[in-house]
Amino acid sequence: MYVYNDFDAAFVRERVAQFRAQVERRIDGSLTEDEFKPLRLMNGLYLQLHAYMLRVAIPYGTLNSAQMRQLAYIAERWDKGYGHFTTRQNIQFNWPKLKDVPDMLEALADVGMHAIQTSGNTIRNVTADHFAGAAADEIADPRPVAELLRQWSTDHPEFQFLPRKFKIAVTGSPNDRAVTKAHDIGLRMVLNEVGEAGFEVIVGGGLGRTPMIGKVIRDFLPEADLLPYVEAIVSVYNLLGRRDNKYKARIKIIVHEHGIEKIRDLVEARFAEIRPGFSGVDRAVLAAIRAQFENRSFERSDSPPSKPGYEAARAANPAFRAWTDTNLAPHRADGYAIVSVSLKAHGATPGDATAGQMRVLADLAEAYGADELRISHEQNVILPHVRVEHLHKVYQTLRANDLATANIGKISDIIACPGMDYCALATARSIPIAQEIATRFEALKLEHEIGDLKIKISGCINACGHHHVGHIGILGLDRAGVENYQITLGGDHTETAAIGERAGPGFAADELLSALERLLLAYLDIRESPEERFIDTYRRLGPAPFKAALYPEARADAA
Amino acid sequence: MTRRPFTPKVVTANALLEGDVVWLTAEDAWTRDIAEAELIEDEAHGQIRLLHAEAQPDVVVGPYLADAEPTPKGPAPVHFREAFRTRGPSNYPHGKQAGD
Ligand code: SF4
Repeated sequence: MYVYNDFDAAFVRERVAQFRAQVERRIDGSLTEDEFKPLRLMNGLYLQLHAYMLRVAIPYGTLNSAQMRQLAYIAERWDKGYGHFTTRQNIQFNWPKLKDVPDMLEALADVGMHAIQTSGNTIRNVTADHFAGAAADEIADPRPVAELLRQWSTDHPEFQFLPRKFKIAVTGSPNDRAVTKAHDIGLRMVLNEVGEAGFEVIVGGGLGRTPMIGKVIRDFLPEADLLPYVEAIVSVYNLLGRRDNKYKARIKIIVHEHGIEKIRDLVEARFAEIRPGFSGVDRAVLAAIRAQFENRSFERSDSPPSKPGYEAARAANPAFRAWTDTNLAPHRADGYAIVSVSLKAHGATPGDATAGQMRVLADLAEAYGADELRISHEQNVILPHVRVEHLHKVYQTLRANDLATANIGKISDIIACPGMDYCALATARSIPIAQEIATRFEALKLEHEIGDLKIKISGCINACGHHHVGHIGILGLDRAGVENYQITLGGDHTETAAIGERAGPGFAADELLSALERLLLAYLDIRESPEERFIDTYRRLGPAPFKAALYPEARADAA
Repeated sequence: MTRRPFTPKVVTANALLEGDVVWLTAEDAWTRDIAEAELIEDEAHGQIRLLHAEAQPDVVVGPYLADAEPTPKGPAPVHFREAFRTRGPSNYPHGKQAGD
């Protein structure tokens, strides 16, 4: 893992001191809210419905046990004893007091963390595949590149006042777990004909009001050109991006309006201009970063992990077996597994962990997980390197702390944004909807029967809950003063990315659950086999049978 | 031309230091309980009260006029968003409902 050097540490401390003075000046009245707001946003501090909210960056979703413990400490000391992990692999504290925030930032700096550029029209926290460095299907760990991008984008003088926020995601695997096609820039590691690793560069993806799947701007970018090329893209966007209308300010609109060919020409021209200025320092920095990530070696193996004790425990304990079936992913090294810890206990708030749970996770990472944790964009925690013989022990500890829900990738593993329970921009709530869906399908005992399914819920059109790319997307709206939920079908966040289609009129909160039940019972009826996932059936048959299940009265009317 | 009748309002904001929801009372104080807020029944008076709130940037952030209705206990919210602001989030009793 990357460890802050003196420069990083000094920079973060300086920013804390600066913000402390700004908070003092706000409190004593020398700064107005209009003056203060951009300053607090640059430091991740929002004002939401019921309180301030501090959004802390977890770069590319990676943290160590000391950092996780510090998050637990912050949650207890200055918040209400828990934190909320987000789809951008960040953590949000929902109840800080203004005067405490500098102390919270100081505590973060103690463990090499910060809240810089988690808001504002800048390059935001760079996200990555949460299985990075561990996944069996990976070409190489994408996090050194993500860290290079973090260092380059932090306080980059040219890019502090972009037309709008800018999000970059990186993956080193062909299986896209990082939603690269829905980011301003998506970087997918690929190999060229001679086996060298480089990047397919995707630009102009995004969700929100105008959802777009990103377009390939470069099929293969040699790694040596990565930074200048990314800089060229952001530079072209900075000039071309619209500042007159915030709804048209993201790069996706620019790509859409000008066409990918024109944008490509502009980017290539800018790239040719700035490339000579990159003397190789970026390469040297990347090499140094990479050395920090590669201090552990795992051997590659194609055979599934198999250990006698583990198999015996699986045979003896059906609950453990169910958990291993859903919550483990293949590791690139023989004898290891990737553990996904579900933060989606049935009826719980998706993505929330108590301080106690954070400490348990930190302890497990330290004892059995090479001291590493990840936050996934699906709002779960990953222990990326667990030896197979330790899995049962890890499971038992998780279970004792309400962290062993065996539902990864299933109907209750729902992404939900904070919605109107916290967010000032929301048009409806999302959390209670997620809670109800999880509880209902658990009660119906249909979760495992239904199998792999991605439900994603947003509390407004900004789509922080990624509803457009959910197999089933749910968007909360305000219809004449009543919460109303619109369903989209057929979305996909992976390498086969697709924007879901609106199924029809929205549902009142008390109708939504029955509608989903009809939808999923219809799926169980029409799927070819239990192996055919909801999304596969949808692709095979199209929306008609699903719409008919959602809107039986429409079918009756038409008859 | 008929004018739409004025919907009664309350002045509401978030407190600068705590960030929590507050309402303006008829006595020029800020209260944490909407029932104690001043119910404004006249548009011009509403504008004056809003200006009064906006002149207190060292106490509150983002004051605005929100629809409210009279009840025997005092003003109550009309829209669900304002109702949530009187209570707190629905997933934990961490907001104003903690004191109920
Ligand atoms: S999608 Fe809307 S409601 Fe949800 S967190 Fe984003 S801005 Fe808030």
